[in-house]
Amino acid sequence: MPVSGTDLGADMLIVDCDKCIGCGVCEEDCPFGAISVENGCAVVGDSCTLCGACVEGCEPGALFMEETEKRQTLDLDSWSGIWVFAEFRHGIIAQVSFELLGIGRTLADERGVSLSTVLIGKGVDAYGDQLIAAGADIVYLVDDPALDQYREDVYGNVLAQLIREKKPEVVLAGATAIGRSVIPQVATVLGAGLTADCTKLAIRKDDGMLLQTRPAFGGNIMATIECPHSRPQMATVRPKVMTPLDPDPDRVGEVVRIEVENKILESGIEVLETVLSEQEQVNIQEIDVLIAGGRGLENEKGFDLIRELADELGGALAASRAAVDAGWISYPHQVGQTGKTVCPKLYIACGISGAIQHAVGMQSAETVVAINRDEKAPIFDIATYGIVGDLFEVVPVLAKRIKEARK
Amino acid sequence: MKIIVCIKQVPDAKDVRLDPKTNTMAREGVESIMNPFDRHALEEAVRLKEEHGGTVTVLSMGPPQAEDVLREAIACGADSGVLVSDRAFAGADTWATSYTLAKAIETIGDVDLILCGKQAIDGDTAQVGPGLASRMGKPYVTCVQKTREAGPDYIIVERMMDDGYDVVRLPLPALLTVVKDINEPRVPSLKGKMRAKKVKIQKLTAADIGAEEQCIGLAGSPTQVVQVFSPEPRGDREIFTGSVEEQVDQLVQRLKIYL
Repeated sequence: MPVSGTDLGADMLIVDCDKCIGCGVCEEDCPFGAISVENGCAVVGDSCTLCGACVEGCEPGALFMEETEKRQTLDLDSWSGIWVFAEFRHGIIAQVSFELLGIGRTLADERGVSLSTVLIGKGVDAYGDQLIAAGADIVYLVDDPALDQYREDVYGNVLAQLIREKKPEVVLAGATAIGRSVIPQVATVLGAGLTADCTKLAIRKDDGMLLQTRPAFGGNIMATIECPHSRPQMATVRPKVMTPLDPDPDRVGEVVRIEVENKILESGIEVLETVLSEQEQVNIQEIDVLIAGGRGLENEKGFDLIRELADELGGALAASRAAVDAGWISYPHQVGQTGKTVCPKLYIACGISGAIQHAVGMQSAETVVAINRDEKAPIFDIATYGIVGDLFEVVPVLAKRIKEARK
Repeated sequence: MKIIVCIKQVPDAKDVRLDPKTNTMAREGVESIMNPFDRHALEEAVRLKEEHGGTVTVLSMGPPQAEDVLREAIACGADSGVLVSDRAFAGADTWATSYTLAKAIETIGDVDLILCGKQAIDGDTAQVGPGLASRMGKPYVTCVQKTREAGPDYIIVERMMDDGYDVVRLPLPALLTVVKDINEPRVPSLKGKMRAKKVKIQKLTAADIGAEEQCIGLAGSPTQVVQVFSPEPRGDREIFTGSVEEQVDQLVQRLKIYL
């Protein structure tokens, strides 16, 4: 009996072409678009997750699961190379992408494989060299007007198709709004393991196992995660954790332009408008110095005070939940459990008590300075340096002294 | 509009620590709460129902005691609750979880809109929402900060980005994950609390939803946690003394590398 199938682990999905009538019901039933009818018989693609949706709907009984005796693993060795998803928005490649090329280079050299990067968007053609200078051996460029705006489904389709085709062993992306949104979809359709928000990555040389370390429970616990039976091994990585290489314009690499079928560029999602943040067009996750304000700032004007400090240090403003809830500053500035997780080099907390819900969002900063009136405030427990005092007295003096010191 | 809200019962993160001797999670005395982001998803669902009519069903995968958060959700305005609970789900990572929830939703029936919190505060992965949408073959957007407009077959929302926001139109059925900026959740009403006490929570097992054994729980999870450990403690701290000027001078000395 002529069969085709897919093997993900304990079971196989088998197609009996003698029974298959080519009706196409399974094509519709498949949540992953993994089945297509070719020459009158169903063919199962790589994206099959063995969910069995097709088996239930197959009236002629041409589709069935075959149990295998023990858990087999995919042919892991056929997956090779380290990939980085380069994030592109409004004409700029995200800084985290260069950081990922830094760690990606280390992993690729350790394994003796190539480092590739995928750049998706409209008008991205000119950016290949930048990525090669940053460490990539191969840059896959997908340039299409349909990719101008970030849309979950289209970006996901393009990435998934490329990964299926080229079979990298590791795929890294930034733990950004876009990365955290599109990558879970890709991992789901590929049946790949995905670890979010990694802060440390290492690769085992002999078997290529990616050791992915991430904080859990708001940073109170660290966990190391492996994907022993599936490829690619996928991870999103927090911005500012990895170090980019110094750009080397003499580095040699290859730019490969990829044409994708119009079919996978079709989307039900329509981006009607893009609005840039009015307050400050910065992502606090990508800033080296953050000056954060809390309830102790007393009102909106309190932020003017710490803004001066931020300007002196070339930093940006962050805030505790209390300050955001009070309406003194917008939500994108919020650090903590229900806001953003940041790890800047310097974090100056002004009038923030440092409750655990805030601490989990900033405790991995390199240096934490706490300025607070209450010497018992928990922020002093996680501070590197502390000043117990009235921030309205301390901050202006600090801004002045820093200005002098920078001269 | 038929709305399903996915809700997770999570340990209150502020209580979670590793037992330094055994290196296992000390769960004793840890309070269980409704994942804070899910509370905002629920509130948005109830508001949409109030405006457009329809029903709100809350769905949770978890141990039997997760029933508590479903009842709490009903007290806050949901109509019915479904708990997917089975020992076979234990050890599920986000891949297996999205599979299980997708199968459960298929069992529940037709749905126009699925709402999830941006992420759960215990795992912080933000992966189940997008995973669930892709399994169901439905469009989705993450980190929604506002619902602008909804009709019988579409919804227009603001999706938070790192540099601002996008206004996005999706055809229904669709899935959204929400951030806390989207609304201010209500407190349960007395009437709601009374209803929550009496209402029957529907319980589904792995068999009820027709889940394949190898797709659920530990067996269905491509990722495996191989080690857990406590984060490295921060080095010695220094609290300055003296007048404001003296303290500031000491601080500026220490911060020289950043200037």
